[in-house]
Amino acid sequence: MKVNELFKQELKVINMGLRSFATDLKSQNVEVVHVDWRPVAGGNKKMASLLSKLKGK
Amino acid sequence: MANIEQLIEQANKKALEIIQNGQPTLVDVSTAGEVIPGMTKKTIFHAGPPCKWENMSGPLRGAIMGALIYEGLAKDAEEAEKLAASGEIEFGSCHEHSSVGPMAGVTSYSMPVWVIQNKTYGNYAYCNMNEGLGKALRFGAYGPEVIERLKWMERVLGPVMKEAIKLHGPYDLKTMIAQMIQMGDEGHNRNKAGTSMFVREFAPYIVETSFSQKDKADVLRFMQGNDHFVLNLTMPAAKCTLDAAAGIKYSTIVYTMSRNGTEFGIRVSGLGNRWFTAPANYIKGLYFPGFSEKDANRDIGDSCITETCGYGGFAMAAAPAIVLFVGGTPKDAVNYTTSMYEITTEENKMYTIPALNFRGTPTGIDIRKVVETGILPIINTGIAHKDPGVGQVGAGLVNPPMKCFEDALEAFVAELEKEGLV
Repeated sequence: MKVNELFKQELKVINMGLRSFATDLKSQNVEVVHVDWRPVAGGNKKMASLLSKLKGK
Repeated sequence: MANIEQLIEQANKKALEIIQNGQPTLVDVSTAGEVIPGMTKKTIFHAGPPCKWENMSGPLRGAIMGALIYEGLAKDAEEAEKLAASGEIEFGSCHEHSSVGPMAGVTSYSMPVWVIQNKTYGNYAYCNMNEGLGKALRFGAYGPEVIERLKWMERVLGPVMKEAIKLHGPYDLKTMIAQMIQMGDEGHNRNKAGTSMFVREFAPYIVETSFSQKDKADVLRFMQGNDHFVLNLTMPAAKCTLDAAAGIKYSTIVYTMSRNGTEFGIRVSGLGNRWFTAPANYIKGLYFPGFSEKDANRDIGDSCITETCGYGGFAMAAAPAIVLFVGGTPKDAVNYTTSMYEITTEENKMYTIPALNFRGTPTGIDIRKVVETGILPIINTGIAHKDPGVGQVGAGLVNPPMKCFEDALEAFVAELEKEGLV
C-alpha cells in the first residue's frame, strides 16, 4: 500500500512507550490503544543481562 | 550445550505438576511438642525467615513474650523479655520446620496444632489454631485475656477438634478451598464462607464427642465468632502443597514467601532452602478506629504462603467484598488477580474464579517473570501494631521487596555458571 493511500483511511493506532502520544491523539478524537509497555526489568541493565542468559540458545 | 531455557521450562513444569496435584488434607490435631520436628520445651518458632531476638520487631517480640508466659517459663512480660534475650530460648523459622503461622506465627511446645498431610506426596504441614482478631498473640498482644484464651484452646478447643476429626475422618482441604473461592472468599483475609462450611461440616461430630455440653457449645461459639477460623487451615494446606515442589533443580518457581516483621524472605525451588531477604515493606490499608499508619509495623507473617499457592491476594477477583477490609474497589480486586497472570506459570486446575468465567487462579510465581515485568506479587494482609502488647490495628495490601527476586535471580544464574550452563 502506498503511504498516501494509508492516510486516506481511518487511522488505527497502537501506542507503545510514552503515554502522552496516545493522550494527544485521543484529544483529537483519534481512536488509540495504549499498550502498557515497560523495558525489561524496568531498564535495570544487570537484571536484563541475567535474564538474557536464561534465554534459549 | 543444553538449552537452559528448556531445562528451566521442564523443571517448572514438574514443579507445577506437583503443586497442581497436591492434596492437602486435615488429618488430626496434636500439640506442637508432639509433632513439629525440632520443637522442645524451650523452642519458639516464628513466622518468616530466621531472625535473632535483637533484630525482631515489636509484635514478634510481644508474641514471644506471651508464649513464654503461656508456657509457664516466665511469670510476666518483664521476666519473659529477659528470658527471650538471655540466649536460653532457641528461636527458629516455622517454615524450616514444616509449619506456618499467621502474623507473628509464634508456635510453642504446648500449643494445639492442625496436622495437614499432602495425600499425594505424603509430606506434612502444621499450623497453630486461630485466636480471632484484635488482641491476639499473633499480633503481638500478651495480656491476661490472650493467655487465658490460649489456655482454653489447649485445654478444650484442640482436644475437642482432635476427637471430632477422629469421628469425621480426614477432611479434604483442597475441595474446601476451591468451594471457598466459589463462595466469595480468597482464603487469606476473607474466610467467612470457609469457616461457615467448616462449622457445618464438623458440628455434628463435635456434638458426638465425649466432652461436656458446655465445652462443645463453647467450641462451636468460638468458631462461629471468628471469621478467620479456617485461615489456619488454608495456610498449612498451601504449605504442604508447595513444600512438595521444593528442591527441583533448575526450577525458578517460588515455593515460599514469608515475613518476620523485619524482613521479607522468599525461597525458590531450584535453589533449595536458601532465603533471599530484604527489609519488609509497610502495608497500605484501612485502620481500626483510633489507629493510623504511624502505629503500623512492617509486613509480618507466614500467611502469604496462600498467595504463593495461587489464592489469597492472587484470587481477589473471587472475593470483591474483601475491599471493605483491605481497601480499594471491587474493580481493583479483579485487576490484582489479572495482573498476577503476568508473573505466574499456570492457571490453577482446582481453584477457579466465577467472575472470570471460571478461569483458574494464577499459580506458580516465576522469579524470571517478576524481574522481567517489574510486577510484584500482591498480598493482602493484617497490620500489627509496631509495639509489643497491642495487637492488630488494621488490614491492607502490600508487595514483597523486588530485591528478594533480583537476588534470587542472580544466585540462580551463578549456580548455572558454576555448572558451565550459561
